[in-house]
Amino acid sequence: MNTQPLPLTEIWSYLSSGPLLWLTATLVAYLIGDWLSRTSGRQPLVNPVLVAMILLGALLWSTRTPYIAYFEGAQFVHFMLGPATVALALPLYANRLQIRRAMLPLIAALIVGSLTAILSALWIATALGIDGPVWLSLAPKSATAPVAIGIAEQIGGLPTLTATLVILTGIIGAMIVTPIMRLLRIRDWRARGFAVGVAAHGIGTARAFQVNETAGAFAGIGMGLNAMLTAIVAPYIVTLLMSP
Amino acid sequence: MILPISILLMCQLIGETVARGLALPVPGPVLGMALLLAGCIVWPKIAEIVMPAAQGILAHLSLLFIPAGVGVISHLDVLGSAGPVLLVVLFASTALALITGVLTFVAVARLCGDKPVPTEPQP
Repeated sequence: MNTQPLPLTEIWSYLSSGPLLWLTATLVAYLIGDWLSRTSGRQPLVNPVLVAMILLGALLWSTRTPYIAYFEGAQFVHFMLGPATVALALPLYANRLQIRRAMLPLIAALIVGSLTAILSALWIATALGIDGPVWLSLAPKSATAPVAIGIAEQIGGLPTLTATLVILTGIIGAMIVTPIMRLLRIRDWRARGFAVGVAAHGIGTARAFQVNETAGAFAGIGMGLNAMLTAIVAPYIVTLLMSP
Repeated sequence: MILPISILLMCQLIGETVARGLALPVPGPVLGMALLLAGCIVWPKIAEIVMPAAQGILAHLSLLFIPAGVGVISHLDVLGSAGPVLLVVLFASTALALITGVLTFVAVARLCGDKPVPTEPQP
Protein backbone atom coordinates (compact mmCIF):
# COMPACT_ATOMS: atom_id res chain seq x y z
CA MET A 1 0.00 0.00 0.00
CA ASN A 2 1.11 3.56 -0.66
CA THR A 3 1.28 5.72 2.41
CA GLN A 4 1.93 8.94 0.47
CA PRO A 5 -0.99 10.47 -1.44
CA LEU A 6 -0.27 10.32 -5.17
CA PRO A 7 -0.51 13.37 -7.42
CA LEU A 8 -3.55 13.38 -9.71
CA THR A 9 -1.52 12.85 -12.88
CA GLU A 10 -0.08 9.64 -11.46
CA ILE A 11 -3.48 8.37 -10.38
CA TRP A 12 -4.65 9.09 -13.93
CA SER A 13 -1.77 7.22 -15.54
CA TYR A 14 -2.40 4.29 -13.19
CA LEU A 15 -6.15 4.20 -13.87
CA SER A 16 -5.93 4.79 -17.61
CA SER A 17 -3.63 1.78 -18.03
CA GLY A 18 -6.08 -0.73 -16.45
CA PRO A 19 -9.54 -1.93 -17.47
CA LEU A 20 -11.42 -0.46 -14.46
CA LEU A 21 -11.72 3.14 -15.66
CA TRP A 22 -12.96 2.46 -19.20
CA LEU A 23 -15.27 -0.36 -18.19
CA THR A 24 -16.91 1.97 -15.66
CA ALA A 25 -17.02 4.81 -18.19
CA THR A 26 -18.76 2.54 -20.74
CA LEU A 27 -21.45 1.50 -18.25
CA VAL A 28 -22.01 5.07 -17.03
CA ALA A 29 -22.18 6.41 -20.60
CA TYR A 30 -24.82 3.75 -21.36
CA LEU A 31 -26.80 4.65 -18.23
CA ILE A 32 -26.80 8.31 -19.32
CA GLY A 33 -27.81 7.36 -22.88
CA ASP A 34 -30.54 5.02 -21.64
CA TRP A 35 -31.80 7.62 -19.15
CA LEU A 36 -32.01 10.24 -21.90
CA SER A 37 -33.77 7.74 -24.16
CA ARG A 38 -36.31 6.90 -21.43
CA THR A 39 -36.98 10.50 -20.41
CA SER A 40 -37.59 11.31 -24.08
CA GLY A 41 -40.24 8.56 -24.08
CA ARG A 42 -37.99 6.29 -26.21
CA GLN A 43 -37.83 8.94 -28.92
CA PRO A 44 -36.16 7.08 -31.83
CA LEU A 45 -33.67 9.86 -32.52
CA VAL A 46 -32.35 9.70 -28.94
CA ASN A 47 -30.57 6.39 -29.49
CA PRO A 48 -28.75 5.20 -26.33
CA VAL A 49 -25.86 3.68 -28.34
CA LEU A 50 -25.35 6.90 -30.28
CA VAL A 51 -25.47 9.09 -27.13
CA ALA A 52 -22.95 6.85 -25.33
CA MET A 53 -20.71 6.71 -28.43
CA ILE A 54 -20.57 10.49 -28.65
CA LEU A 55 -19.96 10.94 -24.90
CA LEU A 56 -17.15 8.38 -24.84
CA GLY A 57 -15.70 9.58 -28.15
CA ALA A 58 -15.49 13.11 -26.73
CA LEU A 59 -13.93 11.80 -23.50
CA LEU A 60 -11.29 9.77 -25.37
CA TRP A 61 -10.52 12.69 -27.64
CA SER A 62 -10.20 15.22 -24.79
CA THR A 63 -7.97 12.89 -22.71
CA ARG A 64 -5.98 11.80 -25.80
CA THR A 65 -6.70 8.18 -24.98
CA PRO A 66 -6.06 5.81 -27.89
CA TYR A 67 -8.94 3.47 -28.79
CA ILE A 68 -6.80 0.42 -27.95
CA ALA A 69 -6.40 1.64 -24.35
CA TYR A 70 -10.15 2.22 -24.12
CA PHE A 71 -10.93 -1.23 -25.55
CA GLU A 72 -8.76 -2.83 -22.86
CA GLY A 73 -11.58 -2.04 -20.42
CA ALA A 74 -14.53 -2.09 -22.80
CA GLN A 75 -13.71 -5.57 -24.12
CA PHE A 76 -15.62 -7.17 -21.25
CA VAL A 77 -18.81 -5.50 -22.45
CA HIS A 78 -17.96 -6.31 -26.09
CA PHE A 79 -17.43 -9.96 -25.19
CA MET A 80 -21.04 -10.25 -23.97
CA LEU A 81 -22.28 -9.85 -27.57
CA GLY A 82 -21.67 -13.59 -28.09
CA PRO A 83 -23.68 -14.86 -25.10
CA ALA A 84 -26.37 -12.24 -25.87
CA THR A 85 -26.74 -13.67 -29.38
CA VAL A 86 -27.16 -17.14 -27.87
CA ALA A 87 -29.70 -15.69 -25.41
CA LEU A 88 -31.90 -14.66 -28.38
CA ALA A 89 -33.00 -18.32 -28.38
CA LEU A 90 -35.25 -17.58 -25.38
CA PRO A 91 -37.56 -14.99 -27.01
CA LEU A 92 -37.59 -17.29 -30.09
CA TYR A 93 -38.69 -20.16 -27.86
CA ALA A 94 -41.33 -18.05 -26.10
CA ASN A 95 -42.73 -16.93 -29.48
CA ARG A 96 -42.26 -20.27 -31.29
CA LEU A 97 -45.96 -20.76 -32.10
CA GLN A 98 -46.24 -17.27 -33.60
CA ILE A 99 -43.06 -17.84 -35.58
CA ARG A 100 -44.18 -21.20 -36.95
CA ARG A 101 -47.48 -19.66 -38.08
CA ALA A 102 -45.68 -16.77 -39.79
CA MET A 103 -43.20 -18.95 -41.69
CA LEU A 104 -44.25 -17.89 -45.22
CA PRO A 105 -44.36 -14.10 -44.60
CA LEU A 106 -41.09 -14.46 -42.76
CA ILE A 107 -39.26 -16.17 -45.63
CA ALA A 108 -40.71 -13.78 -48.23
CA ALA A 109 -39.73 -10.71 -46.18
CA LEU A 110 -36.25 -12.15 -45.60
CA ILE A 111 -35.56 -12.59 -49.30
CA VAL A 112 -37.00 -9.21 -50.34
CA GLY A 113 -35.49 -7.25 -47.43
CA SER A 114 -32.08 -8.86 -47.66
CA LEU A 115 -31.75 -8.48 -51.44
CA THR A 116 -32.97 -4.87 -51.25
CA ALA A 117 -30.38 -4.10 -48.56
CA ILE A 118 -27.53 -5.41 -50.72
CA LEU A 119 -28.68 -4.32 -54.20
CA SER A 120 -29.93 -0.85 -53.29
CA ALA A 121 -26.68 -0.04 -51.47
CA LEU A 122 -24.60 -1.12 -54.48
CA TRP A 123 -26.80 0.59 -57.06
CA ILE A 124 -27.05 3.89 -55.19
CA ALA A 125 -23.30 3.83 -54.52
CA THR A 126 -22.61 3.26 -58.23
CA ALA A 127 -24.93 6.13 -59.13
CA LEU A 128 -23.03 8.39 -56.71
CA GLY A 129 -19.66 7.44 -58.20
CA ILE A 130 -18.33 4.98 -55.60
CA ASP A 131 -16.33 2.03 -56.88
CA GLY A 132 -13.48 -0.32 -56.03
CA PRO A 133 -12.90 -1.74 -52.53
CA VAL A 134 -15.16 0.92 -50.92
CA TRP A 135 -18.06 -0.20 -53.14
CA LEU A 136 -17.41 -3.85 -52.26
CA SER A 137 -17.36 -2.98 -48.54
CA LEU A 138 -20.97 -1.79 -48.79
CA ALA A 139 -22.41 -5.14 -49.92
CA PRO A 140 -22.67 -6.86 -46.51
CA LYS A 141 -23.58 -3.73 -44.51
CA SER A 142 -26.89 -5.06 -43.15
CA ALA A 143 -25.44 -8.34 -41.85
CA THR A 144 -24.25 -8.66 -38.25
CA ALA A 145 -20.64 -7.44 -37.83
CA PRO A 146 -18.66 -10.72 -37.60
CA VAL A 147 -20.39 -12.14 -40.69
CA ALA A 148 -20.12 -8.85 -42.62
CA ILE A 149 -16.38 -8.62 -41.96
CA GLY A 150 -15.90 -12.20 -43.15
CA ILE A 151 -17.84 -11.45 -46.36
CA ALA A 152 -15.87 -8.23 -46.97
CA GLU A 153 -12.59 -10.15 -46.73
CA GLN A 154 -13.88 -12.78 -49.11
CA ILE A 155 -15.08 -10.38 -51.84
CA GLY A 156 -12.19 -7.90 -51.64
CA GLY A 157 -13.70 -5.16 -49.48
CA LEU A 158 -11.99 -3.34 -46.61
CA PRO A 159 -12.78 -5.09 -43.30
CA THR A 160 -12.31 -2.00 -41.08
CA LEU A 161 -14.48 0.13 -43.35
CA THR A 162 -17.10 -2.62 -43.44
CA ALA A 163 -17.19 -2.75 -39.61
CA THR A 164 -17.80 1.01 -39.58
CA LEU A 165 -20.51 0.81 -42.25
CA VAL A 166 -22.22 -2.04 -40.39
CA ILE A 167 -22.38 -0.13 -37.08
CA LEU A 168 -23.60 3.03 -38.83
CA THR A 169 -26.28 1.01 -40.68
CA GLY A 170 -27.46 -0.41 -37.34
CA ILE A 171 -27.72 3.02 -35.75
CA ILE A 172 -29.45 4.54 -38.79
CA GLY A 173 -31.91 1.63 -38.92
CA ALA A 174 -32.66 1.89 -35.19
CA MET A 175 -33.30 5.63 -35.57
CA ILE A 176 -35.51 5.57 -38.67
CA VAL A 177 -37.52 2.37 -38.11
CA THR A 178 -40.21 3.86 -35.86
CA PRO A 179 -40.92 6.96 -38.01
CA ILE A 180 -41.04 4.80 -41.17
CA MET A 181 -43.42 2.24 -39.60
CA ARG A 182 -45.67 5.05 -38.34
CA LEU A 183 -45.69 6.60 -41.80
CA LEU A 184 -46.64 3.25 -43.38
CA ARG A 185 -49.20 2.63 -40.56
CA ILE A 186 -47.84 -0.86 -39.84
CA ARG A 187 -49.13 -2.16 -36.50
CA ASP A 188 -48.03 -5.78 -36.87
CA TRP A 189 -45.15 -6.11 -34.35
CA ARG A 190 -43.89 -9.26 -36.05
CA ALA A 191 -43.47 -7.46 -39.38
CA ARG A 192 -41.91 -4.36 -37.80
CA GLY A 193 -39.42 -6.39 -35.75
CA PHE A 194 -38.48 -8.76 -38.55
CA ALA A 195 -37.84 -5.94 -41.04
CA VAL A 196 -35.54 -4.08 -38.66
CA GLY A 197 -33.62 -7.25 -37.78
CA VAL A 198 -32.97 -7.91 -41.49
CA ALA A 199 -32.06 -4.31 -42.36
CA ALA A 200 -30.21 -3.26 -39.20
CA HIS A 201 -28.95 -6.46 -37.43
CA GLY A 202 -28.27 -6.34 -33.66
CA ILE A 203 -28.60 -2.60 -33.10
CA GLY A 204 -31.99 -2.69 -34.82
CA THR A 205 -32.87 -5.74 -32.68
CA ALA A 206 -31.89 -3.83 -29.51
CA ARG A 207 -34.25 -1.05 -30.57
CA ALA A 208 -37.03 -3.58 -31.24
CA PHE A 209 -36.65 -5.06 -27.73
CA GLN A 210 -37.05 -1.54 -26.28
CA VAL A 211 -40.39 -1.16 -28.01
CA ASN A 212 -42.03 -4.60 -27.88
CA GLU A 213 -41.07 -8.14 -26.83
CA THR A 214 -42.61 -9.80 -29.92
CA ALA A 215 -40.88 -7.28 -32.21
CA GLY A 216 -37.61 -8.13 -30.45
CA ALA A 217 -38.06 -11.88 -30.97
CA PHE A 218 -38.82 -11.43 -34.69
CA ALA A 219 -35.92 -8.98 -35.05
CA GLY A 220 -33.60 -11.64 -33.60
CA ILE A 221 -34.66 -14.19 -36.23
CA GLY A 222 -34.41 -11.53 -38.96
CA MET A 223 -30.84 -10.79 -37.92
CA GLY A 224 -29.81 -14.46 -37.80
CA LEU A 225 -31.43 -15.41 -41.13
CA ASN A 226 -30.10 -12.32 -42.91
CA ALA A 227 -26.56 -13.10 -41.74
CA MET A 228 -26.82 -16.51 -43.40
CA LEU A 229 -28.51 -15.29 -46.60
CA THR A 230 -26.09 -12.35 -47.06
CA ALA A 231 -23.10 -14.66 -46.63
CA ILE A 232 -24.48 -16.92 -49.35
CA VAL A 233 -25.72 -14.37 -51.94
CA ALA A 234 -23.44 -11.31 -51.53
CA PRO A 235 -20.44 -12.84 -53.41
CA TYR A 236 -22.70 -13.81 -56.35
CA ILE A 237 -24.45 -10.42 -56.49
CA VAL A 238 -21.13 -8.58 -56.48
CA THR A 239 -19.75 -10.74 -59.32
CA LEU A 240 -22.97 -10.34 -61.29
CA LEU A 241 -22.99 -6.53 -60.96
CA MET A 242 -19.31 -6.24 -61.83
CA SER A 243 -19.53 -8.23 -65.06
CA PRO A 244 -20.40 -5.83 -67.91
CA MET B 1 -26.94 -16.91 -11.98
CA ILE B 2 -23.86 -19.05 -12.73
CA LEU B 3 -25.86 -21.94 -14.20
CA PRO B 4 -27.73 -19.91 -16.85
CA ILE B 5 -24.54 -18.06 -17.85
CA SER B 6 -22.67 -21.36 -18.12
CA ILE B 7 -25.41 -22.71 -20.37
CA LEU B 8 -25.17 -19.64 -22.64
CA LEU B 9 -21.38 -19.86 -22.79
CA MET B 10 -21.40 -23.61 -23.45
CA CYS B 11 -23.82 -23.16 -26.37
CA GLN B 12 -21.57 -20.43 -27.78
CA LEU B 13 -18.48 -22.60 -27.30
CA ILE B 14 -20.05 -25.53 -29.16
CA GLY B 15 -21.31 -23.12 -31.85
CA GLU B 16 -17.85 -21.60 -32.37
CA THR B 17 -16.23 -25.02 -32.51
CA VAL B 18 -18.69 -26.36 -35.08
CA ALA B 19 -18.70 -23.15 -37.19
CA ARG B 20 -14.92 -23.06 -37.40
CA GLY B 21 -14.47 -26.80 -37.65
CA LEU B 22 -16.82 -27.07 -40.64
CA ALA B 23 -15.98 -23.59 -42.06
CA LEU B 24 -19.68 -22.64 -42.07
CA PRO B 25 -20.77 -19.16 -43.23
CA VAL B 26 -22.69 -18.75 -39.94
CA PRO B 27 -21.10 -17.12 -36.87
CA GLY B 28 -20.59 -19.39 -33.83
CA PRO B 29 -23.01 -17.52 -31.54
CA VAL B 30 -25.83 -17.87 -34.13
CA LEU B 31 -25.27 -21.65 -34.17
CA GLY B 32 -25.21 -21.52 -30.36
CA MET B 33 -28.59 -19.79 -30.48
CA ALA B 34 -29.99 -22.57 -32.69
CA LEU B 35 -28.57 -25.16 -30.30
CA LEU B 36 -30.09 -23.49 -27.23
CA LEU B 37 -33.46 -23.20 -29.02
CA ALA B 38 -33.35 -26.92 -29.79
CA GLY B 39 -32.40 -27.58 -26.16
CA CYS B 40 -35.37 -25.56 -24.89
CA ILE B 41 -37.77 -27.44 -27.18
CA VAL B 42 -36.46 -30.83 -26.03
CA TRP B 43 -36.20 -29.90 -22.32
CA PRO B 44 -38.49 -26.93 -21.50
CA LYS B 45 -36.77 -26.91 -18.08
CA ILE B 46 -33.74 -25.27 -19.77
CA ALA B 47 -35.91 -22.32 -20.89
CA GLU B 48 -37.08 -21.86 -17.31
CA ILE B 49 -33.50 -21.79 -16.01
CA VAL B 50 -32.06 -19.46 -18.66
CA MET B 51 -35.04 -17.10 -19.17
CA PRO B 52 -34.35 -14.56 -16.35
CA ALA B 53 -30.67 -14.20 -17.30
CA ALA B 54 -31.53 -13.97 -21.02
CA GLN B 55 -34.14 -11.28 -20.40
CA GLY B 56 -31.65 -9.38 -18.25
CA ILE B 57 -29.00 -9.40 -21.00
CA LEU B 58 -31.40 -8.67 -23.87
CA ALA B 59 -33.00 -5.73 -22.04
CA HIS B 60 -29.57 -4.06 -22.28
CA LEU B 61 -28.54 -5.31 -25.70
CA SER B 62 -27.75 -1.71 -26.73
CA LEU B 63 -24.99 -1.51 -24.11
CA LEU B 64 -23.03 -4.29 -25.80
CA PHE B 65 -22.63 -2.33 -29.07
CA ILE B 66 -21.04 0.69 -27.40
CA PRO B 67 -17.37 -0.49 -27.48
CA ALA B 68 -17.60 -1.14 -31.24
CA GLY B 69 -19.53 2.11 -31.68
CA VAL B 70 -16.78 4.10 -29.95
CA GLY B 71 -14.39 2.44 -32.40
CA VAL B 72 -16.45 3.92 -35.24
CA ILE B 73 -16.31 7.42 -33.70
CA SER B 74 -12.54 7.12 -33.20
CA HIS B 75 -11.98 5.82 -36.73
CA LEU B 76 -14.39 7.98 -38.72
CA ASP B 77 -11.42 8.84 -40.95
CA VAL B 78 -11.63 5.35 -42.56
CA LEU B 79 -14.71 6.68 -44.37
CA GLY B 80 -12.30 9.12 -46.05
CA SER B 81 -13.52 11.81 -48.44
CA ALA B 82 -16.41 9.52 -49.45
CA GLY B 83 -17.90 9.88 -45.91
CA PRO B 84 -20.93 12.08 -46.69
CA VAL B 85 -21.78 10.07 -49.83
CA LEU B 86 -21.51 6.79 -47.89
CA LEU B 87 -23.89 8.14 -45.25
CA VAL B 88 -26.42 8.99 -47.98
CA VAL B 89 -26.08 5.44 -49.36
CA LEU B 90 -26.58 3.89 -45.91
CA PHE B 91 -29.63 6.06 -45.14
CA ALA B 92 -31.35 5.39 -48.46
CA SER B 93 -30.53 1.69 -48.62
CA THR B 94 -31.54 0.98 -45.00
CA ALA B 95 -34.82 2.85 -45.45
CA LEU B 96 -35.56 0.90 -48.66
CA ALA B 97 -34.75 -2.44 -47.01
CA LEU B 98 -37.04 -1.61 -44.06
CA ILE B 99 -39.91 -0.53 -46.31
CA THR B 100 -39.73 -3.46 -48.77
CA GLY B 101 -39.18 -5.98 -45.96
CA VAL B 102 -42.11 -4.88 -43.81
CA LEU B 103 -44.52 -4.47 -46.75
CA THR B 104 -43.64 -7.95 -48.03
CA PHE B 105 -44.25 -9.45 -44.58
CA VAL B 106 -47.63 -7.75 -44.21
CA ALA B 107 -48.72 -8.55 -47.78
CA VAL B 108 -47.80 -12.26 -47.59
CA ALA B 109 -49.36 -12.56 -44.12
CA ARG B 110 -52.59 -11.12 -45.56
CA LEU B 111 -52.44 -13.52 -48.53
CA CYS B 112 -52.10 -16.43 -46.10
CA GLY B 113 -55.13 -15.12 -44.21
CA ASP B 114 -53.02 -14.83 -41.10
CA LYS B 115 -53.39 -12.22 -38.40
CA PRO B 116 -50.94 -11.49 -35.59
CA VAL B 117 -51.96 -13.33 -32.43
CA PRO B 118 -51.78 -11.43 -29.16
CA THR B 119 -48.38 -11.66 -27.49
CA GLU B 120 -48.03 -14.80 -25.40
CA PRO B 121 -47.36 -14.33 -21.71
CA GLN B 122 -43.68 -14.88 -20.93
CA PRO B 123 -43.02 -18.09 -19.00
